[in-house]
Amino acid sequence: MTAAAVTPASRLRVVLYEGEGSRPIDPSDRFTILALLLKGGYPVTSVRGRAAAVPERRTHPLLVLGRFERSLPRAAESITGGTAVYFRDLDGVAADEVSGLVESVHAEAGTARPGGWKPWFPVIDFSRCTNCMQCLTFCLFDVYGVAEDKQIQVQNPTNCKTDCPACSRVCPEVAILFPKYKMGPINGDVVRAEDVHREKMKVDISALLGGDIYAALRTRSVEAKERFSRERDEKRALDERRRCLAKLQEQLDIPPEVLLALPTQDEIRAKTERLMARAGAADGGEG
Amino acid sequence: MRDPRPGRIVYCHCAYAKVVPEDVKQDVLRELSASGASFDAVADLCEMSARRDPDLHDVASEGSRIVACYPRAVQWLFSAAGTPLPEGVSVLNMRTAPARDILDALDLPQPEDRP
Repeated sequence: MTAAAVTPASRLRVVLYEGEGSRPIDPSDRFTILALLLKGGYPVTSVRGRAAAVPERRTHPLLVLGRFERSLPRAAESITGGTAVYFRDLDGVAADEVSGLVESVHAEAGTARPGGWKPWFPVIDFSRCTNCMQCLTFCLFDVYGVAEDKQIQVQNPTNCKTDCPACSRVCPEVAILFPKYKMGPINGDVVRAEDVHREKMKVDISALLGGDIYAALRTRSVEAKERFSRERDEKRALDERRRCLAKLQEQLDIPPEVLLALPTQDEIRAKTERLMARAGAADGGEG
Repeated sequence: MRDPRPGRIVYCHCAYAKVVPEDVKQDVLRELSASGASFDAVADLCEMSARRDPDLHDVASEGSRIVACYPRAVQWLFSAAGTPLPEGVSVLNMRTAPARDILDALDLPQPEDRP
């Protein structure tokens, strides 16, 4: 994991407890509390009936909220197995004030702040992946890596460029998902035969545009700059570049800044050869 | 130790994107909270997967009903986090199904008591 990778740091987990020893919460208040806490990024377990307030297996500090029939002294808060458990009584606390209460416990517990990052990263459907490594060689941001068993994997999800599905466009098997993407099958919808054909066509189209869409794009960019120097018309050159980018962005739904920085086909080939040689050397070393 | 509760309900709020219709999320959450069911509500399964959150291990218990998005996405999100979904987990898709269909599939219990 790199420093940029997401880590499983301790997060505060909230239990809204209405089981034994705690009076029920008004349904509209319960909904308000849940909605506000989820919006703030906190996971909430709503416990009704006879379920336990504190689960046996705890991986994060726990805050139990309830309308407790007997007041719980602070001493009742326990530290078991290194995981802290906090209790707070909701009597007298308005539903829209519960977020503040949770925030104060979050600060006291020193837990990691939830949210702050749109979780945009590729997810590999290994029932389709053929381990061709095209995504690894294509990705500019070192999101992908190779596991010890030589299987492609997503190693650095936070390196991914938000809203860029470029790697899923080069995957010949439609095996790369972005669950927050707007359209199927990249969003995880069922892959149909026509989807596979369409995705392959997109790759082919990009390759057919002057043999290399990215080289073509760079050529257009260079041409625009030359025109600028010839004509001293910066605005026209920039407009031309923007038009070109907008057209490609529409076709492939890839952010323009990513398009401009993509490697050429030759660079991709060279990187693939380098990686294959490295993998071969590792195999030889092991044998 | 795994949580022994059978048929656990897990609701994903998809808090960091606007791909799940807001009215569907709100209606499902409102009905869940008004029912007598215990359930787990998470802010965003994608974010938990990226963090490889150990709580996913509990969420992915046998017989769970996960209310989130496309089943293929949910399946591989769990797998990516090192907690593959066991057999018998069902995924209800709030991106495509109306809230009523999801709630019917959950067959929620009525609340036992009122404040």
